[in-house]
Amino acid sequence: MTVQTKVILAVCYIILAPVVIGLLDGFDRKISARMQGRKGPSVLQPFYDLKKLFEKEALCANRAQLFLIRSYLMFIMLSGVLFFAGYDLLLVVFALSTSAVFLILAATSTHSPFSSQGTHRELAQIMACEPMELLVAVGFYLATVPRTFNVEFISKSFSPNIIYLPGFFIGFVFILTIKFRKSPFDISTSHHAHQEVVKGVTAEMVGREYALVTLAEWYESAVLYGIVGLFFMSRNPFSIVYAIIAILVVWFLEIVIDNTSARVKWQLMLKLAWGVTIIAAGMNLFLLEIIRSNIR
Amino acid sequence: MSTIHKSPWLLHYDGSSCNGCDIEVLACTTPVYDVERFGVINTGNPMHADIFLVTGGVNSQNASVVKQIYEQMPEPKVVIAVGTCACTGGIFKECYNIKGGADTVIPVDIYVPGCAARPESIIDGVVKGVALFKEKAAKLAASEKAN
Repeated sequence: MTVQTKVILAVCYIILAPVVIGLLDGFDRKISARMQGRKGPSVLQPFYDLKKLFEKEALCANRAQLFLIRSYLMFIMLSGVLFFAGYDLLLVVFALSTSAVFLILAATSTHSPFSSQGTHRELAQIMACEPMELLVAVGFYLATVPRTFNVEFISKSFSPNIIYLPGFFIGFVFILTIKFRKSPFDISTSHHAHQEVVKGVTAEMVGREYALVTLAEWYESAVLYGIVGLFFMSRNPFSIVYAIIAILVVWFLEIVIDNTSARVKWQLMLKLAWGVTIIAAGMNLFLLEIIRSNIR
Repeated sequence: MSTIHKSPWLLHYDGSSCNGCDIEVLACTTPVYDVERFGVINTGNPMHADIFLVTGGVNSQNASVVKQIYEQMPEPKVVIAVGTCACTGGIFKECYNIKGGADTVIPVDIYVPGCAARPESIIDGVVKGVALFKEKAAKLAASEKAN
């Protein structure tokens, strides 16, 4: 890829990611409503919500919060730019982890009991998700020939990496439920209105601040869906179609999980996340190494 | 064009209601009435709320709570008193601990009468509240521009 193409892809990500993910979110709410026998809001509802939040009065308990939230957004955008411009996958994962630190700092800066409680759960969630995110990068590294973390090379593999990494794929899709802040109603902050810790990490974020967090989550979702697609990318130009189909299937699966596991608690979620990571990704890693050593 | 009225998030607070009105408020979010089709979200966080639904009268213990919730909500905001008790104090009006309706501690914009208020009248009140919310948002934007 030339530098010009990389710049174009990065700009496309910055402009299109909120539009696409916002629309997916709108359809998510519509489909969820239909699953529950309701009519549901307009598919443009996430955009109306975002616009309204920007128009609300700016109330903040601590001025540092807005700066920390902007840093959170910036690091997520950085990871997205690195990913879609085809740079290092490991760097993408690290930039995402760094962004999470800023969210936690923003939440704790207000000393609200609900934010603090949310922060504890956010840390526990990071503990549950992070091993799998890192393992995905390691998996891609081991599966590609020659071994590389470079997203551009991985996306031009001889065959789609899902063939070598089915366990990694299962593990990654499993942690997406946590990353997308879906079902368990007592996680650090949920997309559902009512939850145990009010709004957890976002409880004290008002108007513009909450809008920026929502926007950051959209950018993050774009990167995560991108990694889902990367499992299906290969030298074949049609592989992008398979990648898009896979992303839509995973998106629908998340809606189904969301609507069928509303009363799962975070303790079970954490245990399951580690269990699935160890069994699915661990076994896959083990088998991959055996296959590789036999080939050599 | 402002689309602020398309995303009214509700906060529901039960003062000293008998729970009749609360059940009807929650009934509004069920598939039969589905207020979410207007973009309404029944949030639990005053910081994210636009419309404050109060049910039941205000007593000496919860007066400060109602006031604090109202103050934590960012502008523009609308207050709706749902049910006779929240409007005037209702049958509890003469009780030694009851101050009266919600308007004894915070400014109320819209009154929804009924004992208990029917979901249809609550939705009617919310729709009126949404129109007022849009009006208040326009005023706030104009005053910000003037400053």
